[in-house]
Amino acid sequence: MKALLFLGCTVPVRNLNYELSARKVCEILGVELVDDAALACCGYPLKGTDQAHALTIAARALAQARAHGLPLVALCSACAGTLAEAEHHLAHHPGEAARVNAELAPLGLTYEPGVRVTHLVRYLLEEVGLEAIKAKMTRDLGEFTFAPHYGCHYLKPAEIIGGLDDPEAPTSMGRLIEATGAKVDNYPRLKDCCGGGVLGADEGLAGSLAGAKLAELDAREVTAMVLVCPFCNVMYEGQQKAIAKRMDTKFKVPVVYLTQILGLGLGLEPDELGFKLNRAKPKELLAAFKS
Amino acid sequence: MRLNECDPGFKHEVAAEPGGAGIRACFACAACSARCPVGANRPDYDPRRLIRLTLLGRREEVLASPLIWLCSSCYTCGEVCPQQVRFTEVLTAIKNIASREGHAPPSAKITAELLAKQGRLLEVTDFENDKRADLGLPPVEQRPQDFQAILGLKPSEGEAGEEPR
Repeated sequence: MKALLFLGCTVPVRNLNYELSARKVCEILGVELVDDAALACCGYPLKGTDQAHALTIAARALAQARAHGLPLVALCSACAGTLAEAEHHLAHHPGEAARVNAELAPLGLTYEPGVRVTHLVRYLLEEVGLEAIKAKMTRDLGEFTFAPHYGCHYLKPAEIIGGLDDPEAPTSMGRLIEATGAKVDNYPRLKDCCGGGVLGADEGLAGSLAGAKLAELDAREVTAMVLVCPFCNVMYEGQQKAIAKRMDTKFKVPVVYLTQILGLGLGLEPDELGFKLNRAKPKELLAAFKS
Repeated sequence: MRLNECDPGFKHEVAAEPGGAGIRACFACAACSARCPVGANRPDYDPRRLIRLTLLGRREEVLASPLIWLCSSCYTCGEVCPQQVRFTEVLTAIKNIASREGHAPPSAKITAELLAKQGRLLEVTDFENDKRADLGLPPVEQRPQDFQAILGLKPSEGEAGEEPR
């Protein structure tokens, strides 16, 4: 199994624990991730103000994946969603594809329909398969309970990236958490948006969205909240203290990436999975690994 | 509201924008508003109301409204809409028109400039690549040329680190 890794802008700079654990997990599961330094932005940040250029930038990445002849696999849900939407849109709008190709021609690139774009977690479930992942597990995390946060662009729009999960009742992250032997808490605010999309426009509003989920999870005393997107991480880990302060309270909600939990189940040590870089540390979990 | 202050062409303008055509199908059930997580925290943000204002042709009121920038892009509205309006995309169409008319928030200009300067949103220097090397991760690069070509932007001189002549 071989895929082209789309790191995007945020993960390789701010979320090295996610990248490191994703690479290690793929290594063990027999997925070869290919790097291409020319891949960068997915176009999402420009979409709200200039969607024509955002689409060209997404098409640039799709054209690069096509040149490699590999599926494009992203760690960030916004990147995965934006690129999948662009592929869908261009494949169904030949006129737009022609416009984009005229802009890509000077760069020596051509977009052609048919590039497969997935989030890494989905790729693992669809290509490696849950049973094969379970078979590689060497460590039982049965004493821990994790609360998945699916986020939005990992699930929606279902008409474009559906099929893996029902956005109203998602289970894919839960199935992977359970593969480690750990328990899953499908808490009432499971489907809440992190609010990261409005952080730039209105910090207080974004904090209200994330804060409601943090308050709920704080009271439920889960081992950690589990993420698959660096933008959700900005809200739940990066902004956790600021949000608590604004709500005049304190949170202690540990935050981890799904690939870190999978890595532990696959027998890797916390240091190999970048846990030192987690700021909202899962102390209960890490204590179990101290010798 | 005065009808002669309304622009009957606005809805067609929105519908002609990529992603905007869904607005024609709205029958105002407010499923979008009922499930919107932003609206739950900011009652003045109401997807159905923005759609109605657009259909009524309240062009300036919609384009100049700070509310149109508060969508978190969570797509919840699209999943529950019985008419496939796809409000997230409709609002993207409206925001794109607003941007062309100078209503974009200042962050929008900065985003394009960062991409033209760095080829990515977050800067990558030796500092970042040293941290990556410590963890055994391959280096990442800044290749802004493609982005400058696509966006038709050159990085501004001061920011590019060149001495003004």
